[in-house]
Amino acid sequence: MKSSIAATIFASCLFVGLPTTTVAGSEDVVVENAWSRASIGINRPGAAYMTLRNTGTDPVTLVGLETPLAMMPDIHETKTDANGVSSMAPAGEIMIPPGESVSLEPGGLHAMLMRLQTKMVEGETFPLTLNFADGGTRTVDVPILGIAARGPEG
Amino acid sequence: MLWGLATIAIVGFVWLQVSTRSEQRIDDPAFRADFELTDHQGMVQTDEDFAGRWMLVFFGFANCPDVCPTTLAEVAAVMDALCSDAAKVQPLFISIDPERDTPEQLAEFVPAFDADIIGLTGTADQIKRTTETFRVYFEKIEEAASPDGYTMGHSSQLFLFDPQGGYVGAWTYGTPAEEILADLKARMSI
Repeated sequence: MKSSIAATIFASCLFVGLPTTTVAGSEDVVVENAWSRASIGINRPGAAYMTLRNTGTDPVTLVGLETPLAMMPDIHETKTDANGVSSMAPAGEIMIPPGESVSLEPGGLHAMLMRLQTKMVEGETFPLTLNFADGGTRTVDVPILGIAARGPEG
Repeated sequence: MLWGLATIAIVGFVWLQVSTRSEQRIDDPAFRADFELTDHQGMVQTDEDFAGRWMLVFFGFANCPDVCPTTLAEVAAVMDALCSDAAKVQPLFISIDPERDTPEQLAEFVPAFDADIIGLTGTADQIKRTTETFRVYFEKIEEAASPDGYTMGHSSQLFLFDPQGGYVGAWTYGTPAEEILADLKARMSI
């Protein structure tokens, strides 16, 4: 069991690039289960999901996104009120406390991919760079699943 | 008279069950699906065109990157799992963004999730009337970064209507397909 967990973590880490600068905190962020749905053309925004786990001892703050796939990637948050009305707005900076995880998942936080430059094709991946407040960055290869995918498993 | 009372009692019971589960707060259970809209193939459709089938109705817009694709994906999974019983259920995605969502736009978007799902749109007036009938809320939210400078807020429940068009209940956004399927099968006695 332990080895399968280790294998999973190792597999997830394959998607994560090395930190590009000497930084404090963000090098301890592990990105897991990144996924997105295929798009129809490039006229509508896409979304990407993942879990960010802070394995370090300092809080880490995600401040922005970059990707060649979209001109305007940004962290958005969907909120649903007591009456079942959902709406979406930019989420601002996302702080991940030490030892905790923040999930970008349907119906909550998500990487909103506005002004797509290319169609999101099922089976392909795209690089998404996470920018942290300490100057560190992570580039994740996000798998593009089918348009009707319900989670990282499809 | 007795039949009427029995029907009301049954509908009330079913509604209470569904509403408890999904924490719905719709005060009057006795409302009916009532609309005249244009489908994604350009055909006029009314509630009567779907009489005899259970209707799964939800509201959204094609430029919606998170909630709408997620609900469409869940509904697609439910339809898949219904197999031959899928013919008894008609999923309807009603646009609350008539400004952008022409039938052509919906034709590109909605059937990509599942060929059985019908996208419906209409004039701003028709959509307003439909949302009043269904007691759902929607609003245009100005947001410079969004495509065309706006996004939409909207009721995100999945509503169930019986083959007579009567409201049965609703699932809140995020209810997994497996749970919707189990509930739906129980309602349909299949």
